[in-house]
Amino acid sequence: MKMNRRDFMKANAAIAAASVAGLALPTSASNLITSSEQTKLEWNKAPCRFCGTGCSVMVATRDGKVVATHGDAKSEVNRGLNCIKGYFLSKIMYGRDRLQTPMLRMTDGKYDKHGEFTPISWEKAFDTMAERWKATIKAKGPTAVGMFGSGQWTVWEGYAAVKLMKAGFGSNNIDPNARHCMASAVGGFMRTFGIDEPMGCYDDMEAADAFVLWGSNMAEMHPILWTRITDRRLSAPHVKVAVLSTFEHRSFDLADLPIVFTPQTDLAMLNFIANYIIQNGKVNKDFVNKHVNFRKGTTDIGYGLRPTHPLEMKAKNVATAGDSTPMDFDEFAKFVADYDVESVSKLSGVPEHKLIELAELYADPNRKVTSFWTMGFNQHTRGVWCNNLIYNIHLLVGKISTPGNSPFSLTGQPSACGTAREVGTFSHRLPADMVVTNPEHRKHAEHIWKIPSGIIPPKPGYHAVEQNRRLKDGDLNCYWVQVNNNIQAGANINEEGLPGYRNPENFIVVSDAYPTVTTQAADLILPTAMWVEKEGAYGNAERRTQFWHQMVKAPGESQSDLWQLMEFSKRFTTDEVWPADVLAANPQFKGKTLFEVLYQNGNVDKFPLSDADPKYLNDEAKHFGFYVQKGLFEEYATFGRGHGHDLADFDVYHKEHGLRWPVVNGKETKWRFREGSDPYVKAGKDFEFYGKPDGRAVIFALPYEPAAEEPDEEYDIWLSTGRVLEHWHSGSMTQRVPELYKAFPDAVCFMHPDDAKKRGLRRGDEIRVISRRGEIKTRVETRGRNKPPVGLVFVPWFDASQLINKVTLDATDPLSKQTDYKKCAIKIVKA
Amino acid sequence: MKTGKLLSIIALLGFTVSVMATSVPEEKIDTLRLAPINVEPTPPAMQAVINTDVKQVRNYPMQPPVIPHKIDGYQIDLKVNKCMQCHARTSTGHSQAPMVSVTHYMDRDNNFLADLSPRRYFCTQCHAPQLDAKLLVENDFVDIDHLIKAKAAVKH
Repeated sequence: MKMNRRDFMKANAAIAAASVAGLALPTSASNLITSSEQTKLEWNKAPCRFCGTGCSVMVATRDGKVVATHGDAKSEVNRGLNCIKGYFLSKIMYGRDRLQTPMLRMTDGKYDKHGEFTPISWEKAFDTMAERWKATIKAKGPTAVGMFGSGQWTVWEGYAAVKLMKAGFGSNNIDPNARHCMASAVGGFMRTFGIDEPMGCYDDMEAADAFVLWGSNMAEMHPILWTRITDRRLSAPHVKVAVLSTFEHRSFDLADLPIVFTPQTDLAMLNFIANYIIQNGKVNKDFVNKHVNFRKGTTDIGYGLRPTHPLEMKAKNVATAGDSTPMDFDEFAKFVADYDVESVSKLSGVPEHKLIELAELYADPNRKVTSFWTMGFNQHTRGVWCNNLIYNIHLLVGKISTPGNSPFSLTGQPSACGTAREVGTFSHRLPADMVVTNPEHRKHAEHIWKIPSGIIPPKPGYHAVEQNRRLKDGDLNCYWVQVNNNIQAGANINEEGLPGYRNPENFIVVSDAYPTVTTQAADLILPTAMWVEKEGAYGNAERRTQFWHQMVKAPGESQSDLWQLMEFSKRFTTDEVWPADVLAANPQFKGKTLFEVLYQNGNVDKFPLSDADPKYLNDEAKHFGFYVQKGLFEEYATFGRGHGHDLADFDVYHKEHGLRWPVVNGKETKWRFREGSDPYVKAGKDFEFYGKPDGRAVIFALPYEPAAEEPDEEYDIWLSTGRVLEHWHSGSMTQRVPELYKAFPDAVCFMHPDDAKKRGLRRGDEIRVISRRGEIKTRVETRGRNKPPVGLVFVPWFDASQLINKVTLDATDPLSKQTDYKKCAIKIVKA
Repeated sequence: MKTGKLLSIIALLGFTVSVMATSVPEEKIDTLRLAPINVEPTPPAMQAVINTDVKQVRNYPMQPPVIPHKIDGYQIDLKVNKCMQCHARTSTGHSQAPMVSVTHYMDRDNNFLADLSPRRYFCTQCHAPQLDAKLLVENDFVDIDHLIKAKAAVKH
């Protein structure tokens, strides 16, 4: 194999000699092709398929294949950079085991819950689905059908899905996997500001003097944002970086102030900082007097477990968990006074001097500070509280909505903001921050959708965790999963998810590009187009909406989620699914298909096929005969325009490298809630938190409360789960890219060497990781990128052969219904 | 090499045909698991890092090269960047290691700096060593070079 330079040159001499002699060699034999006709690549922009950072990439295609990708130099987000996953985007669509045809579990040619996956036609697939859906709706009503979607849906896929479920089937049982990732952030925003999503933007990173990471390993999970922070920290030596986590990870490499704390005690540390600011006279009184209200939140709210769980029976205020009562500044000061440095240091295990140094970053009026958080805060049984408490601190010192002063909730998925949150694919939401419980909001949605009033049910549907429980209990019987892998991603799958999917009463449909453990637990698998195999739109963490064109065809019989949703809607008439009294009062809808009612309503089918750029493929538009993506987007955008969520015209986004909403008069908004920057802030207001009726944000008094499950004598160590840099979520794309797979092929259990030693274990030993709910087999890792303290281990969840969510607990934040994947008690024994 | 390619095409076709025509039992559907969900597979033994120093051909010119050697214990933090001890422009004379790409000297606005751009400071965000692990599934990404040559060959 080894060849030195001389050998190599000799071997190539033949080619050189031939060309000198003027022999006509075929092009394939010359060593270089320089003809521009042959080497030219077709380049187009697309947002990255992976995380919520929303990098723009340039994608090269040739002969119907993606052949290269690189960072988009014109994108403000990443300016030509990608992380290792982004650089390998070219290969994610080409795993050899792409699903090519619908497959139904069958025995002897008939559907059988225990049968083998058998290739069938789309016709047969939809027939089978429709038969089950119709029978179920007839027998049990619309609450027995449901859908589990994704923050990786495109904007119009999520929108088409919400319409199908809420306006078509009249069921609010639609929730996205963003419930697992961003629900607490949404809850925090709505509670403190009355409007979702960050006020700041990524430009904060070039302006801040200090960064504080609260439960966010940006070095691995938001690598390109980390390059911007690294750039800032290393180019401006006065900048400080504080990194807080329950274990040491790669982000600690840049930390001036590294802090490892005991799980759950972030609540106490946050209150300590508020207390420190007050005690040291650092409150920005003018800002607080003008722009803030104080409220005391309900406490002892339980842990979002099943109502029969002892912890729920014990909790006093489960039913009123979201309530709060007004209080004043002095009462708030008194409330946080308990969180003094001595007691918080003792509780959190963080030295007093570090707590004070941390508090000073916020208290110092001359320092612009940006806080970042992701799953450490959000996947927390007090996740909404954590979000509220960090806003408390920024509001107390008035460090908000100005460049570099930014409490910044980072997003996990590429369109958790754009699709899940803005479109409102949650069981309680409608587009543009509206909710199903509000009669005015329902009326508004029904008006835009041109459907009779009374179709959208007023009661929120089942959220993600509840869906698994209801599947198990047999209350939810027809279930469609798109763009996610919830048997790998959902917590406590042994006790809830898996028995739910395999419940004989239920019919489970899974749309995916690749086979996953969720397809394995399904009854019907639908092969699905991905990324640049369809036209799409994503919205990233800084409110930036980005579009891409379809560049290549999907393999085999794969179809996009959008095509699947709209085709399926053709199988139903209003008479089969809408309440009889509503139809009687609105006879013009009688006998119409859901497709006609939802997607041929004059809005969605408004734009002809000829509006689509003929330079690009668009399989759905061609199939349906109109520019379906544009119609869906424009109908959706009417919800937000003029209401603080303004999106630009559809065509603009195909030209721009993303725009941050609200886009008013063609201009994007970088910082919201500040006069001069946000067009919605009225003149003379300085700051205005217009999500609240009185324009004031809320500071909440909320205490430290313990975790749902903590280590004891038998289950003696904390388990935290999460991602690794090289893999996206459950690994269904990245594990199929050889370079990414070989960078991190199997999950391991990161453990402190002393914890290993104590159990007689060495690096590489096979172990069982056991909780009260389930177990996996893995191997001990005492070195490498994660260095947990004694008493805690970290296991990543990307590995389909090591389903760590058999072990985790499905305790959720009672306010956001988001699962805490970062804390449960386990034991470890040698296998 | 030609045989290898031919074999992989046959394998590809074979797989496609088998998916089309035959049914797949539950435990065989997920290529990344190949076990029933309620059974705990034994995890493969920890693999060693490929430490040959032999460069792996990039899939396209813009791809960050994978690291062909061990980096265990390499310090890259506020104080030290161990990688640059060999890969910095000024170090390549004694190390004979490849110099980091010129892009690594450019700032956010594409201006060249005197030394490594701080935005490129953490090497492992883009570059990773490879473990000697057996692939669970092949990838059929086609190198542009193959596409061009195949087309050229057809024309002749």
